[in-house]
Amino acid sequence: MTPAQNDNSLREAIRHVLESVKDPELPSISIVELGMLEAVTVTGDHTSINLLPTFSGCPALDMIEKEVKTAVSKIDSIQTVDVQFTFNPPWTTDRISPEGREKLKAYGISPPPAHHREGDPWEIDCPYCGSTYVTMENIFGPTACRSILYCRSCKNPFEAMKPVAQDMSS
Amino acid sequence: MTVSEKNKAVIELLYQLADDDFIHAHRGSEWLGLAPHIEEDVAFSSINQDTMGHAVMYYQLLEELGEGKADELSHMRPPEKFRNAIILEEKNGSGEYLDSPHYDWAFTVIRHFFYDVAKKVRLESLKQSSYEPLAQAARKILTEQYYHLMHWEVWFNQLMTSTDQARKKMEAAIFKVWDDFGGVLTLGPYGDEIVHSGLIENEELLKTRFTERIQKHFKSVNFKLDTEPQMKRGDGRAGVHTYDLEHALKTLSEVYISDPKAIAW
Repeated sequence: MTPAQNDNSLREAIRHVLESVKDPELPSISIVELGMLEAVTVTGDHTSINLLPTFSGCPALDMIEKEVKTAVSKIDSIQTVDVQFTFNPPWTTDRISPEGREKLKAYGISPPPAHHREGDPWEIDCPYCGSTYVTMENIFGPTACRSILYCRSCKNPFEAMKPVAQDMSS
Repeated sequence: MTVSEKNKAVIELLYQLADDDFIHAHRGSEWLGLAPHIEEDVAFSSINQDTMGHAVMYYQLLEELGEGKADELSHMRPPEKFRNAIILEEKNGSGEYLDSPHYDWAFTVIRHFFYDVAKKVRLESLKQSSYEPLAQAARKILTEQYYHLMHWEVWFNQLMTSTDQARKKMEAAIFKVWDDFGGVLTLGPYGDEIVHSGLIENEELLKTRFTERIQKHFKSVNFKLDTEPQMKRGDGRAGVHTYDLEHALKTLSEVYISDPKAIAW
């Protein structure tokens, strides 16, 4: 195997273990499915993981960093791991994978519209029954990224993830 | 302009941005448990946490420029080193958080709404900043600012168009905030260097954009105000502050200063 192929398979292995790392505030979905993973760089036995924070006031970042380090350290050929949070590109909700969107629903959180632009109307379906007959109770919820809603059809309270798009207005 | 001059300009601007968000988020956090209703308590807390996150981003940029650790920049500096606008440090009302807090909701709504309008204008300009890490931070913060601004816009419109009593309180708050809001719109004593370094557009341009947007909101609720925002109590960007800042810093640094070991977690 050439060194380059070796690096590729190692990067894949790292990506694979990162699928076990969850955002502690969204335990149904991994940080990879959430679209937080921007880059994995491998140099010899060192790896550098570049993550994009979701909301900037997110208090879970320190925990996520620790869990990423623990998970990656289990790979034998990796000796040292460093984790960096950067804002370039900014995390936006269109980075959430299709699997991630399904898992959010299973957890009772309606995923954000896939291709949202700032100012677009925000249409939300109930994650339980799919009805659009819902009311917004509070645009701010238990975490910065979520809102609280109520389904008038199946009469369940539920949450929705706020769409976050890059500002297109200027 | 030399590299060190440009560095100085970046640092000055970052302190203004960081300190504005920091003290603003702190004043907001003092509404925890006191907001008009439970939904507002949840929403406002979320906004404050996020705004504090914005301050952290700027303090981290300062840390990278060798200004010291972000936590120390926020907790250990004396008041005269702070660059925030005076209107943002003002107490929410009379009393203390733990002792007879008679806070003024109309004042809070106006201060937050005006600040978020100004903050959006500033961020839109910072997106093109010649200092790339700052431009990146601005792009990130803008994605979230959308929700903050929407929140205060709803409160503004509803309270300006509800009862006579609400309208009176809101108008009194507008006049009060207007007297010092010029302090948010200024770039301070290093303004020329900041603008010449291409870090942000000039003060007049930003001010005009702010005024145009605010006037549009005023018009939609039938309110007229022809004067410019003033800076009656002085320029916080030059280190001029009131006792309210000293008091706030003492409160929020109490744990940090009393036990260095407690901050290890």
